Amino acid sequence: MTATATAPTAPSRAAARPGPGGPVRGHLGDTFALAGRHLTHLRRSPGRLVLVTMNPLVMLIAVGYLFRGSMHIPGGVAYEDFIMAGIAIQVGLTGVGPTAIGVALDLRHGLVDRFRSLPISPSSVLLGRTLSDLVVGAVSLTAVSLVGLGVGWRPHEGVLRTAAGFGVLLAFVYVMTWVGILLGTTQRNIEAIDGTGALVLVILSFLSNAYVPVSGLPGWLRPVAEWNPVTSVVTTCRRLWGNDPGVAASGGFPAHHPGLVTAVTLTALLLAAVWGGVRGFRRAGGH
Amino acid sequence: MAASDTAILAEGLGKSYRSHTALHGIDLAVPAGTVLGVLGPNGAGKTTTVRILATLVRPTGGRAIVAGYDVVREGREVRRRIGLAGQYAAVDELLTGRENLVLLARLLRFGRRGAARRAAELLDRFELTEAADRPAGTYSGGMRRRLDLATCVIGDPEVLFLDEPTTGLDPASRNVLWDVVRDLAAGGVTILLTTQYLEEADQLADRVAVIDAGRVIAEGTPDSLKRQVGSDRLEVTVAGPEDLADAVAALAVLGGPAPVTDEAARRVSVQLGPDGLDDLARAAQALRDKGVPTVDIDLRKPTLDDVFFDLTGTNAKQPPQDPAEPVPVAEERPARAARAAREESLTVVEEPLVPVVEEALVPAAEGGPVRAVEEAPAPAAEAEPPAVAGPQSLTVTKEESQ
Ligand SMILES: Nc1ncnc2c1ncn2[C@@H]1O[C@H](COP(=O)(O)OP(=O)(O)OP(=O)(O)O)[C@@H](O)[C@H]1O
Ligand SMILES: [Mg+2]
Repeated sequence: MTATATAPTAPSRAAARPGPGGPVRGHLGDTFALAGRHLTHLRRSPGRLVLVTMNPLVMLIAVGYLFRGSMHIPGGVAYEDFIMAGIAIQVGLTGVGPTAIGVALDLRHGLVDRFRSLPISPSSVLLGRTLSDLVVGAVSLTAVSLVGLGVGWRPHEGVLRTAAGFGVLLAFVYVMTWVGILLGTTQRNIEAIDGTGALVLVILSFLSNAYVPVSGLPGWLRPVAEWNPVTSVVTTCRRLWGNDPGVAASGGFPAHHPGLVTAVTLTALLLAAVWGGVRGFRRAGGH
Repeated sequence: MAASDTAILAEGLGKSYRSHTALHGIDLAVPAGTVLGVLGPNGAGKTTTVRILATLVRPTGGRAIVAGYDVVREGREVRRRIGLAGQYAAVDELLTGRENLVLLARLLRFGRRGAARRAAELLDRFELTEAADRPAGTYSGGMRRRLDLATCVIGDPEVLFLDEPTTGLDPASRNVLWDVVRDLAAGGVTILLTTQYLEEADQLADRVAVIDAGRVIAEGTPDSLKRQVGSDRLEVTVAGPEDLADAVAALAVLGGPAPVTDEAARRVSVQLGPDGLDDLARAAQALRDKGVPTVDIDLRKPTLDDVFFDLTGTNAKQPPQDPAEPVPVAEERPARAARAAREESLTVVEEPLVPVVEEALVPAAEGGPVRAVEEAPAPAAEAEPPAVAGPQSLTVTKEESQ
């Protein structure tokens, strides 16, 4: 392109302003600035934090406390111990809907257009959101585990393995924020997103070992629950925390290799969600 | 010369969606430092055009160069040089006005301190300092618009796209916004603004492109457009139906196009000549001489509606026909384009081709004889994109209206 369309009175000021510290730092700066935006939202309207924290707590109280007498876990594991990992993954699952709604609202209100008309990488916009959602997840995980400690949950494998368990949970939370972005960019209707988010939450958590061992489910559901990524995440955490009742004789491959299955399924899910989410974002508004 | 002075160039820009075609080949050329008003009714394709030029949407046909870069292949370079204010103000409602500006300034790499300074500057310039630290969700429509506009000039863009910047604003807020746009234009920014208001284009734009159903149907200066639409109309409402004939006779003294009668409204309207005041005085005199009992005398300015009426024979306020499914044309009617063409400097693009169906409103106005069309060289012909063919005029037979 040889044509330069610079008006004499409007030299290319924007173009002349380089990012401080090169492209990588610039990109990171954009990401943090955008994450800061969401964290400010959180201060002004803490609904998301409350929802993401309350939902697991309600389940903890409802299931863990009320039903603990009637639940029998094999291997002599206390129900308070057993259920903690299952409650903690709720933090990630509950966040899917709000993340998706946030993305859809930004699309609807033209903010995505505004960001897309800037000379910044579209990935900054999405990374900024996932980072802030990860912060939200970490805060609610902390709250949930403190309440868990209060009602009797105890990790038994030392500090490092306990921390590793939380690491796995944070990874799960992060993957779920990308699932939320995928949902938000592909399904623009807020009510529909709300419904889908609730469905994801219910199906993924109840068709897993979050509240009951897989062996406690009806036979035809067991393979579904075994291969549900939530099940491997929960099992991995339980093992790291010493809360796992052990593998039932009937346990399949995922039950024997929960760590591997977790790593593979989360990676695959992340890649798919990032690919779909970025694509949906690029195409936002009739590509 | 021509290329380097053109800040926005669109050639045959097309956009098809699965179900229908939004743009049928838009040609625009906006010289650097000027303001182009894009005028069109709902669904004409204004937003689609703006979004393509701002790199948000990929065209399915043609090409566009903005600030010297191709919008498809060099999108990032384009984005470094443009500002976009979409049809709906894109402000973050939970952030304060200041935070909105600081965020965008940071994304434009002003640095922390630079961003704060730039935000303060713009808040001041756009008269938002007082509300700066309130969440933007509490702003009025006008304040939101101003904040939106402030946001898109943070980076000192060379080219600014404003999509219906004043729709829904009261006259006071609109004036503030107009002043801002004039300021920016005076500062050498090239501006493309879309609007549904003829008056707005008149106030702000150096040139106007009228688009309808995804096509540019006319292009020229606001004056030429207005003249083409005709000068003001005088509308006289009489006391009873029996007075209509008298009123027509009285208004005929103007000697221009025949007065038009609306029986139901008991109203006679007539086009005033370019020396409107004279005509008005003569009309009033004639009405009094004949003793016509008038209830109301109204002077009506031409509106966008009239422009469309004139150019396409359809009413702008009616939902446009779906261009994907051409409605069977009941009768080929190049209609009012004839009058358009007699105006110098206004270029009417060949074949407005908006299918006029039987029930579509057809101008009931003066069904004059065929008008001879003079060759009308457009003054800005050099800046014209090829398809908006330069000094072309139409010789159209004006058909009788129903
Ligand atoms: N994503 C889309 N998918 C299908 N059709 C679309 C899409 N976006 C726009 N259109 C259609 O393209 C046409 C032009 O739309 P556009 O929004 O550009 O009109 P406009 O001139 O801005 O109208 P308005 O004055 O109402 O804002 C309309 O018929 C619209 O329905
Ligand atoms: Mg529009």
